[in-house]
Amino acid sequence: MYELIVIGGGPAGLAAACKAWEEGLRHILVLERDQELGGILNQCIHNGFGLQRFKEELTGPEYAGRFIGMLQKTGVEVRLDTMALQIVPGQDGAPHQVHAVNGKNGYQVLETRAVVLAMGCRERTRGAISIPGERPAGIFTAGAAQRYLNIEGYMVGRRVIILGSGDIGLIMARRMTLEGAKVLACVELLPYSSGLTRNIVQCLNDYDIPLYLSHTITDIRGHNRVEQVTVSEVGPDRRPIPGTEMVFDCDTVLLSVGLLPENELTRGAGIDIDPRTSGAKVYENMETAVPGIFACGNVLHVHDLVDYVSAESERAGAAAAAYVKTGREEAALRTIALQNGEGITYTVPQQIRLEARPRPAEVFFRVNRVTGAAALVAEDAAGREVARFRRGHLAPGEMEHIVLPAAALQDAASPLTIRMEEVSQ
Amino acid sequence: MKELVCIVCPRGCRLTVDEENGYTVTGNSCPRGAEYGRTELQHPTRVLTTTVRVEGGVHRRLPVKTSRAIPKGLLMAAMEEAAGVSVTAPVKAGQVVLPDLLGTGADLIATRDLPALP
Repeated sequence: MYELIVIGGGPAGLAAACKAWEEGLRHILVLERDQELGGILNQCIHNGFGLQRFKEELTGPEYAGRFIGMLQKTGVEVRLDTMALQIVPGQDGAPHQVHAVNGKNGYQVLETRAVVLAMGCRERTRGAISIPGERPAGIFTAGAAQRYLNIEGYMVGRRVIILGSGDIGLIMARRMTLEGAKVLACVELLPYSSGLTRNIVQCLNDYDIPLYLSHTITDIRGHNRVEQVTVSEVGPDRRPIPGTEMVFDCDTVLLSVGLLPENELTRGAGIDIDPRTSGAKVYENMETAVPGIFACGNVLHVHDLVDYVSAESERAGAAAAAYVKTGREEAALRTIALQNGEGITYTVPQQIRLEARPRPAEVFFRVNRVTGAAALVAEDAAGREVARFRRGHLAPGEMEHIVLPAAALQDAASPLTIRMEEVSQ
Repeated sequence: MKELVCIVCPRGCRLTVDEENGYTVTGNSCPRGAEYGRTELQHPTRVLTTTVRVEGGVHRRLPVKTSRAIPKGLLMAAMEEAAGVSVTAPVKAGQVVLPDLLGTGADLIATRDLPALP
């Protein structure tokens, strides 16, 4: 029997496994469906990773390499090319079961005290956003194109339109340009980009690629391969405005239209999903509603920086180790539920358990619009402000983070609402 | 006065650079932002990341980067140089695959270990 099984060997799984080892667990297994560890970082060959974590600018493979190196110094067992199929939670403190399959060991039922869910996310596809038009070849999610180009070595097209201004789309605009393609436009439905400002600058502006905000693709034409794409402006209701059509001759469309946490296993285990994040509901220590099952990284909520994934996953790994070593944690004195108020789209965690020893609690969330100076306010059920944090600039593309002081939590009445207040200058 | 967005880190500080007074930078949150503001307006540089061909490895492409930033105007020429490079697996992260790229003094180096096919 294992003490801990980590599902997924990407940045979240690697950090959780390393931390659990450091905290004293000695029977840890990582299940990874790819042929190597590192997850999506292996295809993110650009730099900009690790500035928070390692205080230097690393490429995706280098960042993954740091954690793979750390893991190899431990006795953590890794099974590659292995697909986890099902998690059966143990009842009343019985071990959890993880069903998995691979070519070498066949179908296996593995028992473990704790599980860390670290399966990451998937890209939304053309089907998910219902783009009208014909269905020729040449339409890829940006991440699929990134894998073809950076790992498999195939150039996916020569004249490219990118729909969505998420970071992967912006990074691929630069990458395709450097490889000799002509990127005609990056088209964004919203009036602002969901990508990091630095990526607008260094991926679009550096290469004179136009960004059309409040625009979308309204038609795709092509017999076998994409031949033409129509782009229209949208109004405040996000519906296309007739007469604003622009037609581009191109052979490729890349979609960077959002990511969805991959929670089939989570749902199958009967764990509650938060519709706001599409990830499990968790407590402050990343534990789900099922004791001993934890979640972290992009399977929990979509992050924009891997550095934060690592930090969150280390909390999950440490909490899993504490769970295994001490059994159920000391009973919570009481639980405070968190709610998203004005201007806030979700919170992680969704609940904070208060224990005898007061501890501060970190809360992560996103805002729903771009603002200048603003305050992030935590207000309890009695309408009392328990904490206030000032920010110079807020944007939905940048995950926000506050630390609620232990003292403020002790007296707060549940639920606690996090809201945004714009400060007029 | 020129306004630009710093690309050194994800924070994206909005910088103002005074070209007429020794390229003084304001709006930065760290010394690296000031350095970026100064170089960006005088001789902009970028770290190039791309891939090169690899023979006998578990993948067909090896990710590489320049060991330091190179002049922005040389990026496309550097891509052509990289297109001519082919290495043989196994490769170690940090291994130089092309020294002194275009006379810039920067090397093109591997950014991951790439094992040979078993």
